[in-house]
Formats: sequence, structure tokens, C-alpha cells
Amino acid sequence: MSLVADGVSAGYRGRRVLTDASLTVEAGETVGLRGPSGSGKSTLVRVLALLHAPETGHVILDGERITGTRHRVPASVRTRIGVLFQSPRASADPRLTLEQLIAEPLLAVRHPRDLIAGRVAELADRAGLTADLLARRPHAVSDGQLQRACLARALVHRPRHLLCDEATTMLDASTQALVASVIIGEQRATGMGVLVVSHDPALLERWADRVEDLTTVTRSH
Amino acid sequence: MTDLLEITGLTVRFRLRDAVVQAVTNLDLTVRRGELLAVVGESGCGKSVLAHALLGLLPANAGVTGRALITLPPAAGVARTSTDRTFVLPGGGERPGDRTVVLPGGGERPGDRTVVLPGGGERPGDRTFVLPGGGERPGDRTVDLLGCGETTLARQIRGRRIGLIPQSPATALTVVRKGRRLLAETLKQHGRDPRLADQVAAEAGLDPADLERYPFELSGGMAQRLCTALALASDPELLIADEPTSGLDRPLVDHTLDLLRRRCDEGAAVLLITHDLAAAERVADTVAVMYASRIVEHRPAADLFRAPAHPYSQGLLNALPDRDFRAIPGHPPMLTALPPGCAFAARCTRVTDACKVQPAGPVACHHPLTTAEVPA
Repeated sequence: MSLVADGVSAGYRGRRVLTDASLTVEAGETVGLRGPSGSGKSTLVRVLALLHAPETGHVILDGERITGTRHRVPASVRTRIGVLFQSPRASADPRLTLEQLIAEPLLAVRHPRDLIAGRVAELADRAGLTADLLARRPHAVSDGQLQRACLARALVHRPRHLLCDEATTMLDASTQALVASVIIGEQRATGMGVLVVSHDPALLERWADRVEDLTTVTRSH
Repeated sequence: MTDLLEITGLTVRFRLRDAVVQAVTNLDLTVRRGELLAVVGESGCGKSVLAHALLGLLPANAGVTGRALITLPPAAGVARTSTDRTFVLPGGGERPGDRTVVLPGGGERPGDRTVVLPGGGERPGDRTFVLPGGGERPGDRTVDLLGCGETTLARQIRGRRIGLIPQSPATALTVVRKGRRLLAETLKQHGRDPRLADQVAAEAGLDPADLERYPFELSGGMAQRLCTALALASDPELLIADEPTSGLDRPLVDHTLDLLRRRCDEGAAVLLITHDLAAAERVADTVAVMYASRIVEHRPAADLFRAPAHPYSQGLLNALPDRDFRAIPGHPPMLTALPPGCAFAARCTRVTDACKVQPAGPVACHHPLTTAEVPA
């Protein structure tokens, strides 16, 4: 079990932001990724999450080379990767309650409806979301509460790989520690591999098994 | 330092369909000229509501009571007193006598830095500051931010005497205008030279070349710095910075914090609202820790970070990755259903019957930690 970026170059509309990046996250390990602003960290996460097609190179998921992105990848493959983004606001549908938000990935793959409520309740409990919060929509909760719902959503498919893109940057110290502890708990239980992208050296030092610098995992041309 | 802003009994309630959100409760705070006050706490504790209440930016379902008195100099310029001091801050541009020095980096010296040492003489963009001495000055006026009404806030206070660096910079900018036009227009509005746009942008850490972009072409960090530049354009007495460092990488965080610190050293006051304890520790003079709508500890920053007295402050510090990296057990109470007495009691290890009564004071706790209980 591993998630590998193999010589990935990527960009947007012809503007290349990432050149020949290679990175491996093995099952059960936590890899920290740092790099200056604009060095392509988020782009690498989007490529690994199968959300953005690389110009060259490949994503290799559990030994299988992936072609295509988004809905062109079978759901059974896509759901092996969970993503937690930096901005919970930008990654939450404002029309859904937090409960619907967490359940949505299960509904999207036609998970048996009678099993969904139980799974949502279990994850909401681990993320510390009370019933009152679950009934609210994003505008009526704080960033920290919304990010905890996004965390529950990211884990709802029991992903083998979790990508955290600056996912705790906007959180207070206690909520950050809570999010990290939920992820570490899931990792211990399932052997999930975790990629943590962060600017915070203290956080990476504490959380990650090893820390990679994006400027060293890319080869400049 | 003289008091610039005196908040007493500030209370904010939001009326929802079936509940009342107690966002800020009976808050007392004083901000002095030259002081950097950081308000820290978990998300949803009411810190941002405090900022918005002071600027009259709350939505219509908010009820605000209390007073927030700001002392402003007379409308036409600053009246001098004998204890006032004058400072000249350097602007951009070269001046006669400037010398360039290269500071060596290590190894093949990729880290070499070039520093310009100032010579004498004036340069374009130099600004003069008057630091108020003590005592009242002729013509000082006091305005209650909570009672003066929208007209006064809009015409005299917001964006003029009080600058705001908003929490979501991307949504705070006019998307159809380039940064340069936004900034030049704002400078002009405040009686300053629109040609200073480059300099003000650079002061905020934004490459002047990025002023040629539309807001939607800016990264989150760039938009943040453009908002900072806009807030600085009026040279406000009080700068309210609502999470100004979120989304910035470490060098830019440091730059922004240094900028806020410099504002204070020039005699302005800064209210820094942040969840980033490391940021608060770096630049704040005083820190107010907020929990469930109330300030639970308000002390000099050095004292608080060395020896937090409120169990909540201690828990928050212990959650830092370079300390215990352990979350405070339990969750903050709902602001729609705050318990009577101390709101932290349910999560606190020191709780007794006394905690059923709301504690008060600079350390709002019946059982504060003594310095002996805090490991050095």
C-alpha cells in the first residue's frame, strides 16, 4: 500500500508550477511536506488526490498506475484517497448541513442508506461534533467546527491514504491537536498513510515521521 | 502610554429563530497607544465578533450593549502638547550617503543578503509621526463606537481612525479593480499622495508589481497583504487585524507581525485577533485569552506565556506542537446554551462547587494556577 508521485510535472493553462516531483507515502507512515509559498505543494496534493492531471509523470496508487482524474477514475479507486483542504469554507457545500456534508461521499457511491447514519454518527463523535452542530449549515458554525466536519467527511470511506493540505493552519492550537489526534488514531487503526503539508516547522517536527522539502523532491530543469 | 480605546461591559447577542447566541459577554478591555494587544482563543469563542462590534459591522440580528470609548485627536490635525515627541519614519527611495553592505550567507553563499544602511538627508516618502505625551490634549474628543451611529462610524472612524485587516481578504476586495487602483484611490481619499501606492504595498510585504493584478489573480497571501496595505493607507490610530497571518508562510507571517509591531512602536495601537499563539507570543505586549464569549485571562504577554494562570490558557498552550500537542479534553459549550458559572468548568480538572458562580478579574478563575505548578 503506497501513494506515489512519480516524476510529476503539472501546471495551469500552460503555466508550469511543479516540475518533476517524486514523493512516496507508504502505508502507516506520516510524511511532512514543506516548501515556500507558490512552490507547488497544493498542486502536488491535487495531483495525488486525482483532482488535477499531471502534464508528465504519474500517480501510482497501491502499485497501480492511475490514468485520468476525477470521475474518470473508478469510485472504488478514488475513495481510497481522502483529502483535507486548507479552507473548510471553500470545500463545503453551503446548502448541506454538517451531517449531510459528512454523509455525501457515501451517498455518491450509493452506499446502503441504513448504514450511513451509523457511520456518520461514529465519525462525528470522533471529530467532537455534537448533534446540535450536525444539524447546522456551514454559515452557522466556526471554521474549526467546519474543518472537523470536513475531517469526518475525509475519513468516511476509510481511505488508505489521507492528504492534509495546510489543513490545520487556520485552527487554534487545541483544535489542531484534536484534528491531528483523530488522524493519528485512524492511522493506528487502519494503517492509513498520511501526507501533511504545512508551513509550521514545529508541527511537522512533532507530527511527521519524516519531512520532505518540495525543493528537494523536484528536479529543476 | 495613554488609553486609546476603553471597552466596558461589551455584550453581543445574536437572535436566531429559536435561540440566542451569546457571542461576547460583559467584556472589559483597554487598549493604550503603542500597545499591541492580542486576543486569542479557540475558533468560535467570539474574538472576531468583538472586532466587528467595534467597527459596527455586525449583521442586523445582533444586539450590542456596553461602551467602547475611543479618544481621537481634534478633527483638524493633531494638537501638540509639551510632552509630545516627533519621529520621522523613512520612506522608500535613496538618500545621499546610503551605503550598500552584503551580508554573507553560508557555503556557496546562496543566502547572501544585501542591506542598505541609511545615510543622512531626507528621502521621498518620509513620514512624520507625533507620539502623544501623557495627559489630555486640547480638542481631544471621545467617541463611543457602540453608540455613535453608522454615519459617524462610516464618515469618521471606520477605515480612517480604525483600520481593519479583514479575516477573509479574498472576499474583502473589489474584484473588478486592480490593486493599484484600489490602493491609490484609498490613499487619495485619506489626503495622501496616490503615488505612494508602491511604497505602502512594499511596507505591507506586497511586491509593487502585483498591484497590476486583479484581486482574483492574487493568491490568498497576496490578497492578505493588499488588504494590509489598504488598512495602512489611512495611517490609523488603531489597527484591528483579524487573523492577518492565516494562509501566509513563515517568512510572510514574520513580516506581517513585524509590521504590526512597528505600528505600535510608532505610537499607534494594534488589536491582533489570532488563533496563532506563537504569533501572539512574538509581538504582543498584552494578551487576552477568550473562552466561550468571555475574557478569562488578561495579562502581560511575557507573564502569560511563561506561567498561564487560567486552566484554559494552560490547556491552550499545552496543545502547541512544541509543547504537549494534546487537545483540551471535551469541547467548548454552545454559545446558545452557556452554563451558569464558569463556562470552562466542564473541561477543567480543578473544578469545585465554587465554579458554579461566574468568576471575575484579570484571571477569571476560582482556582488559578500558581507559578509553582507550571513547569519552567
